[in-house]
Parts: sequence; structure tokens; C-alpha cells
Amino acid sequence: MQPLYFKRFEMDFSITGYCLISEKKVIVNDQLRFYQENFLNFANFIKSLYKLEEINYPKFYKMDSLSKLGFLASELVLKVSSIKKYREDELGVVLSNSSSSLDTDIVYQNTINDRFNYFPSPSVFVYTLPNIVIGEICIKFNIKGENAFLISETFNGRLICNYVNEMMEKNRVQACLCGWVEYLGDKFETLVMLVEKSGFIDKQSNLGYCPTPFTEQHLNQLLHRN
Amino acid sequence: MEELITKLKKEVIEQLNLEDISVDNIDPEAPLFGEGLGLDSIDALELIVLLEKNYGIKIEDPKDGKKIFYSIKTMAEYITDHKKVQ
Amino acid sequence: MSNVYVIADNIITSLGFSTDENINGILNDKIGIVSAAPDNTLSNTPTALSLLNFDLLDERFLQILKKINRDLPVDSFTRLEKLFILSIHDALSKVDFNYQRKRVLLIISTTKGNIDLLEDRYKAKFNHKRLFLWELGRIIRDFFGFFNTPLIISNACISGVLAISIGSRWIQSGFCDYAIVSGGDIMSEFVVSGFQSFQALSPGPCRPYDIDRNGLTLGEGCGTLILSNHEQSRERPLIRVAGSAITNDANHISGPSRTGQELSFAINSSMKEAGCLSGDINYISAHGTATPFNDEMESKAIGLSKLTDVPLNSFKGYWGHTLGAAGIVESVTAVHSLTSNTLFRSAGFKALGVSEPLTVIAKHSTSDLNTCLKTASGFGGCNAAIIFQKI
Repeated sequence: MQPLYFKRFEMDFSITGYCLISEKKVIVNDQLRFYQENFLNFANFIKSLYKLEEINYPKFYKMDSLSKLGFLASELVLKVSSIKKYREDELGVVLSNSSSSLDTDIVYQNTINDRFNYFPSPSVFVYTLPNIVIGEICIKFNIKGENAFLISETFNGRLICNYVNEMMEKNRVQACLCGWVEYLGDKFETLVMLVEKSGFIDKQSNLGYCPTPFTEQHLNQLLHRN
Repeated sequence: MEELITKLKKEVIEQLNLEDISVDNIDPEAPLFGEGLGLDSIDALELIVLLEKNYGIKIEDPKDGKKIFYSIKTMAEYITDHKKVQ
Repeated sequence: MSNVYVIADNIITSLGFSTDENINGILNDKIGIVSAAPDNTLSNTPTALSLLNFDLLDERFLQILKKINRDLPVDSFTRLEKLFILSIHDALSKVDFNYQRKRVLLIISTTKGNIDLLEDRYKAKFNHKRLFLWELGRIIRDFFGFFNTPLIISNACISGVLAISIGSRWIQSGFCDYAIVSGGDIMSEFVVSGFQSFQALSPGPCRPYDIDRNGLTLGEGCGTLILSNHEQSRERPLIRVAGSAITNDANHISGPSRTGQELSFAINSSMKEAGCLSGDINYISAHGTATPFNDEMESKAIGLSKLTDVPLNSFKGYWGHTLGAAGIVESVTAVHSLTSNTLFRSAGFKALGVSEPLTVIAKHSTSDLNTCLKTASGFGGCNAAIIFQKI
């Protein structure tokens, strides 16, 4: 994997909250939030998490797996970290993955494969774009600033750092939800972080979590990649 | 008609992923869109698919959708009428 | 902050394989949309589509393979890969920098990539790995020998404009000196059936902003724009990317905002970055998909940004909505409008059918053009705006 160009940024940015969902567990700001010993499948896992967190957002059930994953991770980050001080246009969302919406693409293709049972489903088709998860997050949290979905073969901390750093340094947004939301064939992994300018962190809003520098190293550490 | 209404409720719940809603929660005369279940434009398109898939009824003009899908009851009435014609 | 120049381009649509062919087609009022699928593998019912001639494409691709002495079978590339390669190759032929260097970045914009490989007729021919967009990127990168892993953008219909925005910003930030921004999508039963299930397709060629508009026309194509902080000597005036912005409606995942506020915000932000006011915009290359809701939302946004007097068009009446290619092919024609001082007719338009008094271009004409705005909106509630300016 060839490196993209990393520039030394003048401003400091920090991860002020994060949510990591993988295999059977959910971690929010270094604390284990949910663990499913008897993991059955993703559908069951994510529904259990949704119920446990008492989210009460009926649209959740219409989402595809990728959107459920990204949506819940964002919900958990924002349960603990507040974005109230930002205007809607000051907030951005930048997510990435490897499979795009391929899992849902296959589900959709199955609704059109059989000529004699041909019923293309609009509610499935609408999720056959990876950026729809961003749409769902923006709707729930009223986020109207820059949003982008990037694809990379594996999690690329440098790519996310470069993108978000450039965006925030130019003041296109003041804070950004960013990270990785990957789902394919019941294999899933997500890391969603809230990134803010270091000088502007509201010390009261983060219950015990110490903000960490928004660097490629930290991102890799969070996802246990070294 | 009662049987069809109950059947329809179950199908709508399944087709539209209304997981936390039970058959008893749905008033057959209540509007499906706007107030009632708060369905949206994609749900409306899915209902068109439901009618075709489960009842073989094709809606020629999607604009008729508003009347047909007003409530579970109007849907049931439409199905009953069109099954006769077929 | 250094300028970012547009130094080369290419368009491939149903109108032709080069920018010139496409511009000539537009000037001669050619419409590249057919009213029924020539074979019925794309659609169950007659549908208007803008399709490429893949036999011709294969011929041209073979010529390139021969020219560069590559002993690769034409069939080892998917339709979309051949399309991207042809387009990028043509754009690169117009400039003379060493594109295999470190400071060159390929940015790819696509909504569905090689999605046609999910179909039975193509499945057996390629490794399923090709369904991954990064693999598509790798194939293209290896063909040209680009140094860096391509940046892949998949963000619905704004992908193309977003990719140009990122390319210009990353050049300004010093990540690279050249950005080869290429966007493409091909037609498939997957995409056609999906839009049909949305009841979003027009039975005939689409009619953006028209009172009788009744849906979009899908199209396939590819566009490439090469950006750089290096000027390249050219006959025509220099064009720079002056500003850009991306926003989200935060309203609905498939229906646009009812107010147009968020697209207006993107337009205003891009103007602010470009250091210009609404009175400085001479021309708008808008999104104009010809769905009742999209065009109406756009008109509201343009009204809010006080740009209703600015001549405006949509190119989708010529070659349909080319999805991942749209933002780039339509930026290329917008740039050509600027350099040739030509306002191109908005194909399919007869009478205004939106609530704001937009100035839709009714026939080809010449005009002194200096600054143009390109907009795009897409599923997921996203909006993008970008400003091109003559130097």
C-alpha cells in the first residue's frame, strides 16, 4: 500500500470521543459498553445493542446493516460527547470502508435475479450506496456540513487523518464525526470518532475520557493495527 | 374483509420493517402516511411492490397511490375490488 | 495559496469519445438518448437510456493496447475499466508531465463500480474481487503505473464534484502537484431496475426544469479532469478551481430538502472561498436531473443564493444522468463554456416548470463568460458546489 502525502498540520485536533464495534463487543471511550458472549449473528447483535441503549428511533429498523452499524456507533459517541455548541453547518461526517455497500448490493440483486419472481425493492435499493449511512447520521443529529465517503482496501488511518485535518484546518467544519464502517457477510467492524479542535474542547462534556491527539498512530492503536 | 385486514397488517409490518409495531397497534382506518405510522415516500413505493407481489395487482398510475394507500382499510377495499375484476 | 488549474480533460458519453466530439454533438443538437433498450437485458420495459457503443469502445481500447505495446487481452478488463482507461489516457495525451511520479494522485469517482459483475452473464468472466472499488482502482493504477494508491470516492451523484473539490484542495495543501480526477459508471440491470422501482425514470429523454418533466434518464459515461498547480501552455485561457463546498440536507435519504437551504449554503460557501458574489457568476452548470422534486429544490436554492438571473443549464438532456461521471463530464463542458464563451442550450427544456424564475438557456449563444458555478446533489442528502474561473 503506497502512502499518501502526509503534511505537518499547524493546528491540533483531538479525538474527544469514540465508539468501536467489532465481533462481540462495543467499546466507548476506552470502556467496554456491551459484550455478547453468545454471539449469534450481526442482526441479533445490533438489535440487542439498540434495545439495550434505549434509542427509540423506529427508522433504525428500515436501515441496512451498514447503516445500522454506522448509525449506532455515532449514536454511542454522541451520547457521551456533546455537539450542541456547534451550528449544524459546522459539523461534518467523513466515513470510509472497504466493501462500499456490497452486502446490500447482493441483497438487492437477489430481488431481481429471478425473472419469474422479479420484485425490485426500493427500500433495499436506496441503501445500495455507501454514503447513505452518512445521510442517516446527518438526519438524526442534524449535521449539515461537509460529508464524504471514501473507499480503501483496508482501514487507512493516514487517509482519514489527511482528509479531516485538511478539512478542519481550512475551517470547512469545526468538528467532525469520522472513521471506518465496514460490513460484509456478517463480518463487521466500525470505529467512529468525534474530532474537535484541541483548543475548543468543552472539558465538562466528556465524562472522564481524556481527549487523544488525532493522529494516524492513535487511530491504528484504537483499531489494534500496528 | 376482517381476515384480509389482519393479513394485510402483518404483510405491511413485515414489508416495511415496522418491527416494534404489532397488528393490534394498527388502526385499520387511521392514515398510514403523515400522522399514523409516519410512513414516507420509499414506504409508498414498497406498498406498490407489496400489492404486486402478494396480490398480483399492478398500479398503473402511481398517483392513484395516495387514495389506495390512505389506510389499511382502503388498501383492503382496493384489493377486494380488483380481485373481483381479475 | 497557489492556483489550481484545469490543464486537460476528456469526456466519453453516448455523444462521443472525446471532449471535442461531445461539444460538437451538443452544438449540433445531438441527443444521445434512445427510447427503448436495444436489448432487453437492461430493462423489463421500454426505458429511455443513454448508452455507449461498447464495440467501438473495444476497438479504441485495442488501439491503445497496441500503441503502448501491452500484450493484454482486451477481455481482461471490465467494461468500466476500459472506459476509465480510455478517458484517462485521452486526457493524459494532452499534457506532458511524468504521471508516474510521486506527486501525482489519481482520484476515482464512481457510484457502483463494476456492479454489472453481479449479473450472471458477467460473473464467470472476472474474479469477484473486481466488485470492490479499491480493486477497480488498482487495475487502473497498474495500467498507467501511477505511483500512489488512488483515492476512491463513492458518494452518490455528487461524487464527481466532490472528487474535483478534493483534488484541488489537496494540491493546495501540498499533498500532490497533479490530481487526475476521473469519474465513471456503466449501466446495468441493477441500476436501471433500482431507479424503476423508484418510479424515477422518464419514458422519453429527460427534460430538466421543464413544466412537463417527469423523471430522469440514466446514462453511462466517464469524464476526466486533470488539475495542477503547474500551468501548462495551452491555446485557450487558463481556468482555475476557485472554490468549493459540500453540505448535507439532513432531511431524507432519497428525497431532497424542501427548502433548498443546504444547497444554497454550499453555493454561498463556494462563492465565499472564490472571493466572489452572486453578481460575479456568469453561468451555472446545474444538476438538473428532471425529477419533479430535484429541479424544484435546485430552483429554490438558486433563488436563495440570488442567482436566478444567471444563465443556467443542465447537460443531462444530452446524455442522461451519468451518476459517478456526471459531476466531472458536466464540469468539463462548463469549463469549455468558459473558454469558448459559449452558453449551451439546456436540452429538453421548453417551458419553465419550477417555482423560481430561473434563466434556463433556451438556445446556444455566445457571451463573455468569466466565472461559472457547477452544482450537484445526490442520494443521502448531499450537495456539492464548485466554482471555475478564468484567469
